[in-house]
Amino acid sequence: MDVVEEHDIQDKPTKKKTKKPKKQPKPPHENGNDSMIEKTEPEHVDAPAEFSFPPTFSVSEIKNKQRRHLMFMKLKQEKRKKKKKERDALGDKAPPKEVPKTIENQRVYDETTVNPEDEEVAFDEGTDEFSAYFNRLTNPKVLITTSDRPRGRTVRFCNQLATVIPDAHVYYRRGLALKKVIPQCIARGFTYLMVINEDRKVPNGMVLCHLPDGPTAHFKVSSVRLRKEMKRRGKDPTEHSPEVILNNFTTRLGHSMGRLFAALFPHDPQFVGRQVATFHNQRDFIFFRFHRYIFKNEQRVGIQELGPRFTLKLRSLQKGTFDSKFGEYEWVLKVIIYYQIHVKCCTSKRYAISP
Amino acid sequence: MADKSQVCSVWVGSETGILKGVSLSKKQAFNFCEMSCLSRDQEVCVLGWGDEHETEVLVGSVNGTVKTFSTEKGIFTETRQCGESTQGRFTGIAVTDSALITCVETGLLRVWKEGSTDTVEINAGTNVCRMRQNPSQRNQVATGGKENGLKVWDLERPETPIFTSKNVRNDWLDLRVPEWVRDMSFIPDSDKIVTCTGHHQVRVYDPASPQRRPVLEAHFGEYPLTALSLPANQDSVVVGNTHGELAILDLRKGLVRGCLKGLAGGVRGLQCHPSLPLVATCGLDRFLRVHSLEDRSLQHKVYLKSRLNCNLNSSAVTGDVEEVKEEGGEVDEVWDTMEMINDQAKKRATDEEEAVVTGVEKTTKKRKVVK
Repeated sequence: MDVVEEHDIQDKPTKKKTKKPKKQPKPPHENGNDSMIEKTEPEHVDAPAEFSFPPTFSVSEIKNKQRRHLMFMKLKQEKRKKKKKERDALGDKAPPKEVPKTIENQRVYDETTVNPEDEEVAFDEGTDEFSAYFNRLTNPKVLITTSDRPRGRTVRFCNQLATVIPDAHVYYRRGLALKKVIPQCIARGFTYLMVINEDRKVPNGMVLCHLPDGPTAHFKVSSVRLRKEMKRRGKDPTEHSPEVILNNFTTRLGHSMGRLFAALFPHDPQFVGRQVATFHNQRDFIFFRFHRYIFKNEQRVGIQELGPRFTLKLRSLQKGTFDSKFGEYEWVLKVIIYYQIHVKCCTSKRYAISP
Repeated sequence: MADKSQVCSVWVGSETGILKGVSLSKKQAFNFCEMSCLSRDQEVCVLGWGDEHETEVLVGSVNGTVKTFSTEKGIFTETRQCGESTQGRFTGIAVTDSALITCVETGLLRVWKEGSTDTVEINAGTNVCRMRQNPSQRNQVATGGKENGLKVWDLERPETPIFTSKNVRNDWLDLRVPEWVRDMSFIPDSDKIVTCTGHHQVRVYDPASPQRRPVLEAHFGEYPLTALSLPANQDSVVVGNTHGELAILDLRKGLVRGCLKGLAGGVRGLQCHPSLPLVATCGLDRFLRVHSLEDRSLQHKVYLKSRLNCNLNSSAVTGDVEEVKEEGGEVDEVWDTMEMINDQAKKRATDEEEAVVTGVEKTTKKRKVVK
């Protein structure tokens, strides 16, 4: 029996073939006069045989997990074949194929989705805080800094971000208050202030403040992968301005966020550099990726991922420059927390922003 | 245009300068503006009723103009220049006996008499955040602002206020408590005034009592309270803060009675209905929401595409609600009213609409994350 079982394991895809050699040794066994074997054998013999099941047998009664799995797979295949045959037999009269329900299918239509021809929204966007950038009156200049006393990982992340975003400058925080930093930035012509918050040696938050008087977005940052950790990555990014891809920013809030990200990069991408920064929004998580592409021919493109990769989730959008105490919020993430018993204690410092 | 404006029960002013009228019974919102000449300096700062019968809406804009919109005719009938944009935004507008009262952020409170160009001017201090009129005694107004305490002025004696509030005592560290009055309201049938501050306090002042300090002080939340309104029944007040948290506070003891959920952005405008237990809120998240005060549930939610600054309720809401209730009953009188409504609905459906019409949905969906 052991030999047969080994056969079974090794020749899984050809299990039907193994059934035949199984059957051959068994009849000689059954023909034996041993009644014990006769009683135990039927369980083993009847299980692989398909035509002599007792009436109330089901696949779940087989105790051996591997055999049970195999039997179940076979059963499903048979069912599928039968269904396909029936469907083909019906031909044109067959009922239409059912579309599986996914989260994206079942979503309730969001009434704030922006219609491209909407005049009011177009006017609103044409005169909002980003209109200076979109009318080509200003060029982006980004200041990247961190919370106080950053550790190595955050520092490296900031440096890599500075290579990805053209005209970005990294400065050490030195415990300065953001409210005092902001007027100085405005005086020096910066258009964006990006503060990477760190907790337990890992970057976990970002405050992105559009400078003259613009909105401040606070994000939760997760899954940060630095360049060394990326598999099959290309060489370091060059100084060329990348193209920007913004996916799925369809609602009104999404539009504001899309404009916020687009205004980080210079207006005209340099196609010579073949670099592209992608902000992909899915289920309220924004995934950032930075790639270099090359067209092999007109249909095929090869891409290499360079640069850091991280995901963002918006926690609040505040009108005006950074003022978490007295500012007015345009959108705040409100989560209903079902209390769970944490094994590790999460300190309240995790999401604190040092002002 | 006229029939659309006659149906509207809530008027909302937006940052893009568009006056929006919302009809809750028909679940539609209409824009009343001239689309060609929209500009940011026409941003609506304040809305007020022009007369007691609620047929005229006064719209105050950033550039200092006050436009009069007639609800019966559906058009802007008059425009008045009441100051320039350099003097600050309008923080309050009111009408008494054919005179218009306006107040701006720099503290200049003016009474514009019709027919004559001279104005009575009162300097209400600097940084005024809000000016409100006493509904029972129309010549009294209250002003308050940042580091500018509550002052009640009588317009017939414009030199000094009839009541100036005093700041509370120093706190337990013997430091001066900062003051920032964001909104106030006169409690009907008494002299008292309720204010909400930017330091998340709600205070009640009583000019009739000898003390100038607040009679009652309550706290709510950790964020500045931006708007306040008194519902029809006494002893409570609805406040909203910059995070979109709305709460009903009890004025007898100063405790929170309940919170209204749903808002995702800062509350800019909050008004309770004069007789029904409903409250309409508008804010930076571009939605107008109507909650019921009894069970704190959301009744209506309207998406209006711009950020909203202020809203104004009309008592016409009672008309809508009563019609809805009558439709439920099966009385002979009701059949007549039902037919009338249908005819009017048909007429409106056939009218060609020039203004943009947006749909309104009643929310039944509940989601964990609020947008």
